[in-house]
Amino acid sequence: MATETIAAGAAHGATETAKAGMPQLDFSTFPNQIFWLLVALVVIYLVLSRIALPRIGSVLAERQGTITNDIAAAEGLRQKALNAEKAYNDALIQARAEAHKIVAEAKAEIQKTLDAATAKADIDIAAKAAESSARIAEIRAGAMDAVTEVANDTAKELIAAFGGKADSRAVTSAVAARLKG
Amino acid sequence: MAEEAHSEGSGLVFHPLDQFIVKPLFGEGPIHWYTPTNVTLWMTIAVLCIVAVFVFGTRGRAIIPTRVQSVAEVIYGFIYKMIEDVTGHDGVKYFPYIMTLFLFILFSNYLGLLPTSFTPTSHIAVTAVLGFGVFIIVTLIGFVKNGASFLGLFWMADSPAILRPVIAVIELISYFVRPVSHSIRLAGNIMAGHAVIKVFAGFAAIAAISPVSILAIVAIYGLEVLVAGIQAYVFTILTCVYLKDALHPHH
Repeated sequence: MATETIAAGAAHGATETAKAGMPQLDFSTFPNQIFWLLVALVVIYLVLSRIALPRIGSVLAERQGTITNDIAAAEGLRQKALNAEKAYNDALIQARAEAHKIVAEAKAEIQKTLDAATAKADIDIAAKAAESSARIAEIRAGAMDAVTEVANDTAKELIAAFGGKADSRAVTSAVAARLKG
Repeated sequence: MAEEAHSEGSGLVFHPLDQFIVKPLFGEGPIHWYTPTNVTLWMTIAVLCIVAVFVFGTRGRAIIPTRVQSVAEVIYGFIYKMIEDVTGHDGVKYFPYIMTLFLFILFSNYLGLLPTSFTPTSHIAVTAVLGFGVFIIVTLIGFVKNGASFLGLFWMADSPAILRPVIAVIELISYFVRPVSHSIRLAGNIMAGHAVIKVFAGFAAIAAISPVSILAIVAIYGLEVLVAGIQAYVFTILTCVYLKDALHPHH
């Protein structure tokens, strides 16, 4: 079918293709094609092997090298950043500890002052209390004496009023006995 | 198809093969081996395009490539990786040779897709030189690298003993058919696509059919763009496979 078409087409062709058949099988053109093909192939081979391929190869290798270097540099920078972060955190922790220490010291200082003040206040209070109780005891004792005196006098006056002769010693002892009871 | 065309209209003329005719560039006359022809012209254009991309495009040797340079680099990497994957590391020294074949076929195929251009790779004379060139070089490499043990390629040591001679004969035949199929595959694919486009273009002369015809041309053209790349790839990878057989004949 295909060859029929080809034959018909070629046969139909005008004067130039008077020779029927495929141009591919026109052996008279073979030396020409083969010669120019070999020329073209040799030229391409020389251009490629002498200039193009080494050049592209070196460019690719160089690029690979650049990429590797860049990745290494990036890795280094990353390490640096990590170190910096670590140093920052360390400094932060240290500062925090320092602050804690200062706070504790201040607290201890305040506590000490407070304790001293409290102790002093306690001593003052105790002294005041002792003084007060002494005074109270004194006042109480004073009051007892006065009561005894009043009772003796009253008793003597009462006895005198009833017409008796008051024996002051007896009265005093009687009053004392009463007061005790 | 042709007969149909004949019956339909007298104005319908098919010259699907005229595009393959080799003619002298200057004037008429016999074609000697040295005559500059359209073959010369289009091969020169292919060479110039390759030089433009691979020499002028990479002129800057830029670390960050320009567009043309990255095209060259992608093709370089593609073929380099293909050779390394298929033949192993010892095939890499044939890289310039395989790259030459690939680029010549690729650029010829794509330049051939330009309207009114000429496609050297559609000619069996050209592809046969390429195919038999690969065959001869690969066979020589095989014998030089492995000596007589290269013949172990045809001797399947792990098959049953009775079958071994039979398999050896089959392997031998298939080995010698390789260059034929290698070259006809390329020329056939390219020629068929171009001829089909021309046939459809012939139908465009009939007004009623012309829209269909033009759509068909567009579709076939798209297919041919694929085929042009794929055939260059296939030729190259088969070259790599043959080279692998030559370098490591023992399976």
